[in-house]
Amino acid sequence: MLATAIIVFREVLEASLIIGILAAATRSVPNSKRWLGAGLLAGLAGSAVVAASTDFIGSLASGIGQEIFNATVLGVAVLMLAWHNIWMSSHGAALAKSAKSVGRNISDGTSECSALLVIVGLAVLREGSETVLFLYGIAASNEGGQSAMLLGGLFGMLAGIAVGYLFYAGLLRVPMRWFFASTGMLVLLLAAGMASQAAHFLIQADLLPSLAAPLWDTSAILPESGLPGMLLHSLIGYDSRPAGMQIVFYLTALVAIWTGMKWVARPRPSAAQQ
Amino acid sequence: MKRLLSIALLLPLVAHAADYMLAIRDHRFLPAELAIPSGTKVRLTIENRDDTPEEFDSYSLNREKVIAGRGTATIFIGPLAPGRYPFIGEFHEATAQGAIIAQ
Repeated sequence: MLATAIIVFREVLEASLIIGILAAATRSVPNSKRWLGAGLLAGLAGSAVVAASTDFIGSLASGIGQEIFNATVLGVAVLMLAWHNIWMSSHGAALAKSAKSVGRNISDGTSECSALLVIVGLAVLREGSETVLFLYGIAASNEGGQSAMLLGGLFGMLAGIAVGYLFYAGLLRVPMRWFFASTGMLVLLLAAGMASQAAHFLIQADLLPSLAAPLWDTSAILPESGLPGMLLHSLIGYDSRPAGMQIVFYLTALVAIWTGMKWVARPRPSAAQQ
Repeated sequence: MKRLLSIALLLPLVAHAADYMLAIRDHRFLPAELAIPSGTKVRLTIENRDDTPEEFDSYSLNREKVIAGRGTATIFIGPLAPGRYPFIGEFHEATAQGAIIAQ
């Protein structure tokens, strides 16, 4: 039962933290919660479809379909997070002052919110499909003790959701002065971590060279199986034995998104004259 | 001569990875320990003979892959330094335990 709880917790944690961070980051974007909710529902529906097509997806591209699928999902999520973060840094100041003025700019807000839907949908889709498969395997087996295991799964799920919620609630207590800088930094690190995970899948599929495997090994100090390692993995893409190529992807995403954020937030001549 | 040398240098990149097989039956890996050569990339094919899905998971190999019930999966591993690299079937961790021995 405990083993089941831990597995489900690990799968739910990542999606839950992503939703928590985005819910906090967009707290003054009109209707953002509704879009996040829609993304969650779409992701849940999608994860059932992906779970049911595991064998089909896996058999594509001579056995590496699953890696290509995961890397694509992660790649799209990175692009959406980049777009979200750059959008936030150009509107963050206005959002902090007044939600109303931005609320009027409906077309801008809608495209931002659809990015939220896609990010949350993809995060839930990826982690959710594995949870669905795992729980399906338990329910389908006839080895006894299923109800205890499914109960464990439920506990793991609730614990994962609780950590995401606590993270959200904690972020809302960050003073407004630092709020957008902190959520922007968190989203930036989330995106870089996902880029590194995408590289990880492409290496596993032999589509990319690993460069150095592993580049370092910190599994003795901070294992990913423990709670701190698990949290850091979900939040900043921590990997105890990363391949060199993962670090290349990580740093590229980090620098590219950060540059985009700085570029749109640069002081404009017209603003300086006022 | 120069061209020959450059071809010889590129060969390891295009060389086909050696094939190794693992099976899963009754939530156990067969064989539980698989010896592979160190320092070279290997293509590992895992055949799941159970009806239930399994997730091949190894922190030491930095690999994870879901395998559908009655499905087959391909994973590339290595080049590895000599040593023992444990892996588990995450969905049935109590019994599904194994290791790659790179030698």
